This record gives sequence, structure tokens and C-alpha cells, in this order.
Amino acid sequence: MSHDAHVYVKSQTEYEYARKKRRESMRGQVTTFGIMIFLTLISFSTVIAGFSMYFILPVILLLASVQVVLQLYYFMHMSEKNHNVPAFFLYVGAFFGFVFIITFLTIVWWG
Amino acid sequence: MSSIAKKKGFGATLWDYLTTVDHKKIAVLYLAAGGLFFVIGGIEAMLIRIQLAKPDNDFVSAGLFNEIITMHGTTMIFLAAMPILFGFMNAVMPLQIGARDVAFPFLNALGFWLFLFGGVFLNLSWFMGGAPDAGWTSYASLSLASEGHGIDFYALGLQIAGAGTYIGGINFLVTIINMRAPGMTYMRMPLFTWTTFIASALILFAFPPLTVGLFFLIFDRMFGGNFFDHTMGGNTIIWEHLFWIFGHPEVYILILPAFGIFSEIFSLFSRKRLFGYSSMVFATVLIGFLGFMVWAHHMFTVGLGPTANAIFAVATMAIAVPTGVKIFNWLLTIWGGSIKVTVPMLYALGFIPSFVAGGVTGIMQAAAPLDYQLHDSYFIVAHFHYVIVGGVVLAILAALHLYWPLMFNQMLSEKLGVWTFWFFFIGFHMTFFIQHFLGLMGMPRRVFTFGADQGWDLFNLISSVGAIFMAIGVIILVINIIITVVKNEKVGNDPWEDGRTLEWAIPQPVPFYNFKQTPLVRGLDTFWIEKQEGNKEGMTYAEPIGDIHMPNNSFIPFMMTLGLFVAAFGALYNGEKSWAVPVIIIGLGITVVSMAVRSLKDDHGYHVHKEDLMNDKGGK
Amino acid sequence: MDFNTKYTPQSWPEHPEQATMEGKNKFLGFWLFLGGETVLFASLFATYLALKNKGPSGMEFSTETLFELPLVFVMTMLLLTSSLTSVYAMYHMKNHNFKGMQTWLAITVLLGLGFLGLEIYEFYHYVHIGFTYNQSAFSSAFFTLVGTHGLHVVIGLVWIILLLIRNAKRGFSLYNAPKYYTASLYWHFIDVVWVFIFTVVYLMGVVG
Repeated sequence: MSHDAHVYVKSQTEYEYARKKRRESMRGQVTTFGIMIFLTLISFSTVIAGFSMYFILPVILLLASVQVVLQLYYFMHMSEKNHNVPAFFLYVGAFFGFVFIITFLTIVWWG
Repeated sequence: MSSIAKKKGFGATLWDYLTTVDHKKIAVLYLAAGGLFFVIGGIEAMLIRIQLAKPDNDFVSAGLFNEIITMHGTTMIFLAAMPILFGFMNAVMPLQIGARDVAFPFLNALGFWLFLFGGVFLNLSWFMGGAPDAGWTSYASLSLASEGHGIDFYALGLQIAGAGTYIGGINFLVTIINMRAPGMTYMRMPLFTWTTFIASALILFAFPPLTVGLFFLIFDRMFGGNFFDHTMGGNTIIWEHLFWIFGHPEVYILILPAFGIFSEIFSLFSRKRLFGYSSMVFATVLIGFLGFMVWAHHMFTVGLGPTANAIFAVATMAIAVPTGVKIFNWLLTIWGGSIKVTVPMLYALGFIPSFVAGGVTGIMQAAAPLDYQLHDSYFIVAHFHYVIVGGVVLAILAALHLYWPLMFNQMLSEKLGVWTFWFFFIGFHMTFFIQHFLGLMGMPRRVFTFGADQGWDLFNLISSVGAIFMAIGVIILVINIIITVVKNEKVGNDPWEDGRTLEWAIPQPVPFYNFKQTPLVRGLDTFWIEKQEGNKEGMTYAEPIGDIHMPNNSFIPFMMTLGLFVAAFGALYNGEKSWAVPVIIIGLGITVVSMAVRSLKDDHGYHVHKEDLMNDKGGK
Repeated sequence: MDFNTKYTPQSWPEHPEQATMEGKNKFLGFWLFLGGETVLFASLFATYLALKNKGPSGMEFSTETLFELPLVFVMTMLLLTSSLTSVYAMYHMKNHNFKGMQTWLAITVLLGLGFLGLEIYEFYHYVHIGFTYNQSAFSSAFFTLVGTHGLHVVIGLVWIILLLIRNAKRGFSLYNAPKYYTASLYWHFIDVVWVFIFTVVYLMGVVG
């Protein structure tokens, strides 16, 4: 690690621009949060409303997946730069996890 | 904080190794500990073969035999093969990518101590009521019923050691992704680094299911859980799934670094670059990925049904394709090359037919209907020993010779190495080739003896004699090591004279900071490129000489692990002894306090100053 | 840049958690760890789904009757909100506003403690009615899955609390920025797992 790297001081314009961008990004996060609450409410409501099981199951799983995607991409900044490698490994992990779950559902009891 | 050259007494050296965070020293620790466990596992193997040398033998009792086969498998895979490979990955990979250490040196040390203490804990079972006796696979119905604490030693010991491996896996991944020297793109990394990378990714994804499975075993045995108890709604097959979801990638974790070592050897000793580099990389990635899709081929006879069996059978056969690509690429590397048959090259040449033989019997077993006949017979034992011994062990022996000069600035005796090779190689084939036929003749595995009237006597005897040959080979190797260490003849850098990759460009003895200046990588086989251009300096550099930031030594990894080791004893005797819970608390307390010390006392390492570096010609 | 440099809001790097080699390594290492944790929880989910409602014959507990959705809803809201508050904390870290970050992290901890309190109450209630860890395969699987998540919440809370206390007098540096960031990532991950738990265990359980 070299200590010759210099510290970059932002000019007033750059500084205010960066702050503005962060403020807007934060508003986007709050919007995302609102969407998540909404999705959660819908999930709980569909269950309480008593629809058919074959309707509810795919719907709540889909809503859960959407909420997780929002959490990953916005709250955990996976949409920003430098996240290609983490995203790749997370997707691979999720893929393997999905394969194991499907296997347990189908092979452990049926088939 | 640390001067460049220091004469050290024994106590100081011991403390240095107890507290080191230097990847090169940790590599030596892994090799030493792994080597010790290899010898223990080898003794267990000898005991097995002595018992099976003749029918109706009573050299060991049935119960003791079960413990020996369980410990032989568990020790060889978890405590010998993996740690030794980790040792080589630690020693070589950072040098191959031009880094000064791994990404997390402290965690590197922690990973080692966790492995060592986990292995010691497991082996203490021999003296504390009996070793585990349900096979290295510890299937749930049998292991739940196993009396005594053997299985508990297994579960707790592997959980501790496994944590170490997991930490190591993440460490290697981050090192390779983030700390490559300038100019080293992914497609310029040497094959050994690639295989380290993929094997580490496999560790990342394969060890969590094992962790979960071991916890279930611990909970069922010690805390009244019901995961595997069918009378309470549990399902014993869940253990098998979890174990093999880990277990199959595990064997690829073992073989991929071995493949990487052979790639380096074939290219170095043919004086020719590796044939088909891109396809080798692609094949490695594919093998790694497919390795996760085939686990149920260990469960064909469990009753999953024909559809499941067919899917896993086809997926298993698919793995042969990228593996075959690698074999052909190695052969094409040798073809037309200027071959130098050194001891590593001997092992590499011996590996090709041995591993291919093991691979093809694997394909035979992949056909589920045939596996119904072969499952749990000696055919399976023959298969996996062919791929593990013929693949991983030959690679380890080869790497020992290849990288000894890199790690110790000495050269193992070629003459003794050749003797080791032939004794070991002939013994290996004698022991395991014959076992294919024993399997086909119906001899089941994991049996402590067999009747005299079945026609198995001669083959079992031959198999046992082969084991003696292997033992002699290993003894000669030990003598080789002792003589080399005592003679202590320095060989200097690039001792094989044809080094192509960065690790051979470093001065000998390797300075503790590895590279005085980070090298600039100009292509694949980057050191070779510099040599071809007549660069007497060694390497082109990417930066001027400047201060180097190095991590401090620390005793905390040792303490953290000691705490877990102590707590494990408490967990083992939980419910039986009054001191169990206090011991768990004390043990966990030691771990937590050590972690607190680590967090509270900032440790930013130290700097090696430019002036000292200018004067340093290299030294420990 | 090194660990002792004093920064102002104008000179504080855009991504302080990745401005040093150590920071970059911690960032990547932690994401990889989360990838492994994904597989860990997947194994626990898979086992739970296989053992759902399985127990000794005549068992009176089932997912349809056992779970109380209102409680789960409140717990979900608490955890979800705590995820937002931790985003706020990171926002303040990017703005070099130490007080702001500490405040929002403290609020995160309070919400997390609320979640934990409700979960402990829930488990206590189950044990009280006889649905203990040892009752059946279903109960073992349920308590292990949801309990492991709860354990992760405890670890997360301890981590954040320790960071708050330890750094209270020190303010920001490029040394502790990655620590706050990875703790925040961990906290979000716990929420991600909870989304699947409330969906797969509780919602799907009630539906049958």
C-alpha cells in the first residue's frame, strides 16, 4: 500500500453535486422501502383473504423474490459499479440453493 | 518491528510459527501437520490391509476395524489431502499472481489452527472412548445408533476443521480476485492459480451443507433433535443428501488443485507452454460447476426412483467430457516438447494412466443399473482410490518435489525420489487394481473379514502386499526429507532452470515480503517472456521501490481456536458430566475474549522502509 | 490515503469502504461470505420443507394452526424498517456525518431488538403449549431454521452495538468505514432471509 496517493478535495460545486446525488438516491431508497411494505401487505392479504392454495403459493413466492431483488439491488447497492463479482457469486449460490430446495421437495418424498 | 535478517533460537522460531500470519510459513505448517496426519492415515491403512490379508483374521476386532476404516477415510480426506493442498496453494498462489500475501493474513493463520485443533480433537477419540465407527460418510441411522462418543468427536472435530477450510476458501478467492499484479488478467493466470480459484469457489458453496448436516447430527445425538428419526417424522435420507451435496464437490476440491499442479509440471518439464490454455480454464470451470449437479450418484440404490437416477447418471457422465479435454491437452503439451524426466515429471506421467483408469471406472458406475451391482463393493473402493491416490496423492508427491526448492531453498534428492516413485506406484497398482476384481467377484466393502471359501483369498493377499510397497515408498520419502533438511544445500532461484511463471522469478531465499517491487505481467507464462527477451534482472516491475506495508504476527488465532477446542469437550460431555456446561462457557469465553482483543486493539501492521529494502538482497 | 488522515466532508472519498486495499478485500470477502450463507440457509429451508408437518402419528401441531400472522406481520415490519434505517446510516456515512450515522444505526438496533423480543415471545409461547424442539421432526426443523435466523439477528445486533460503542469517540476513518459497511450488508442480508422465512414458513404454512 503506497502512501504517496494523495487525498482529493472536492471543489464546492463537485461537493454539492455529490450531496444532491446522494439525497436523490436516498429518496429512491425510501420509495423502494415503500414498495417493499406494499408487497408485504399484498402477500399477507392474499393469504388472509383465503384464495386457493394454487394461486397464493406462486404469487407470494413471486412477491418475495421481487422484494429480495429490491433489497439486493437497492439497499445492498448491487446495482452500483464494482458489484459484478459479488453479484455473480451470489447468483451462483442462489442457483445452487434453488437446485437443492427443488431436489428436497421432489426427491426426498416423491419420485 | 521486524528487521530483515535475524538469527533465531529455537524458542524464537517456535513463537514465530505459533504467531505467524505469513502465507509461506503457514504453508509449511499445513504441510507438516498434513504430512503427520497422512502418516497416521497410512498406518490406519496398513492395519486395514493386515486384517484383510487373510480370511477369518482376528488381527483387530470388528468394532475396532470399523473405527479404523472410518478414521482412515476421514483423516486422509479432511486432515491430510486437503491441508497439504492448502499448504501448496498458500505457498505458491500468491507468488504466482505477484502478491505480497493473501487478502486476509490473520484469517489465513486462523484457518490453519482451526484445521489443526479440529484434527487433533477428532484423533483424541482414539484415547477417549473410541473413534467414530460409521464410515467417513457417517450415514444417519447408523451414526445415530453408534454408542459412545466416537460420532460426537467426528461431528464436532469436522465442524471446527471445516470452519478453517471455509475461511481459507474465502481468503484465496479474494486474493485472486483483488490482488493480482498489474497486467495479470484472469486469462494470464497460471493454471494452478485457476484451479485454486475454482476449488475455493467449490469450498464456498459446498461446506455450508456439510455444516448444516453436521449440526443436524449433533442436535439429533446430543440435544434430542428429530431430523433423522423416522418415528418422529424425520428422514434419514436428508443426511445423505446434505453429506453428498458437500461430498461430491469435495472430491473436486481435492482433484482440481492436483490438476493445476500437473499442468504446471507438464509445461515446465516439456519446455513448452500448456496446450489449449483457454480450453483448460473452461474445462476447469465446467468441472467445478457440474460437480454440484451430480451428488445423488452416491445414492442410486437409496430409492430415489428411475427419473432421478437417470438425471444424475447423465450429469455424471457429462463431467467426463471436460476432464477428457484436460487429459488430451496435457498429452498435447508433452507432444513435441523437450521432455526432462525429473521426479515431478515421473509422477505426472504416472498420473495420466492411473487417473484415466479411475475415471473410466467412475463412468461405469455412473450407469445406475450397473451401480446397483457395484455399490458398496470393492469395485467402488478401487475406483475412488484410483482417482484419489492416482490423482491427488501423486500430485502431492510431485508438488513436494517441484515446490520444495521454492519453499525451502533446497532440492530433494532426485535419486531417492525415483525410488519412492517406483515403490509407491507399483504398490498402488498392486493394492488397488486387484480390488476391481474383488468387487466384481462380489466382495463387499467395509467388512472386517471374509470367509475362506469364496475365492477372494489370493487377491486380498496381493492387495495387502501392495500396501507394504507403498509404505516403503513413503519411508524412503521421509528419509529423503530428513537427509535434505540436514544437508541444507542451498539451490538458489529457478532451480529447475525452466520456470515459466512468476513464483520462479523470485530471489532465493524468498524475502518475507515476496516482491520488492510488484512485477508487471506482460503475458501468459510471464517469467518465460522475460527470459526469452534476455532480461537478466528477472522481471519487469510495475512500481519503483517504496515502503512496503506488512501485517504483524499475532497469537490470537491460536487462542481463538483453543477456546473452541475446549468448548468442544464441554459439548461432548453435555448431559453426562457436571462440568460440561461450565467448560463450554469457558471455552467460548476464551474465543470471544480473543476476538474482542483483536477488535479493540487496532493492528495496522508495520512498514518496511525503502532504505532497508534497497540494501536487502533477500532473506527471511 | 492511510488510516490516520483526517478527512473533511469535501475530501471524504466517494466510496470510503472501498478506498483502501483492506477495504476492497473486506467488501469482496464479505459478499462472498453472504454467497455461502445463501447456500447454508437454502439447506435449512430445504430440510424444513421436507419435514414440514411431519411428526409422530397423531401429532396435534401443524403449520395451519400453529402460526399467528399478526405477530409475524409486526415482526416483518420491524425488520424491514430496520433495513431502511441502516440504509439511512450508510447515507450519512457517505456524507461524512458521523452523528447522523450513529443515530440511525442506534435506531436500527432498537428495531432489531424489538424484532428479537417478539420472536423470543413467539418461541416461548410455542414451548409453553408443548411445541418444543424435541416434539417432532417438524419442530426441530422449524426451530433450527427460524432459530438460526434469530441467532444471526443477535450476532448482527452485537456487532453493530460494539461498533457504535467502540468508535463513539473516534469518528470516521478509512479503517472503520468498511466495518460499518459490511455490518450494514449483513443486516440487509438478514432481512433478505426473513423475507423468505415469512413467505415460506409462515404464509405458506397457514395456507397449507
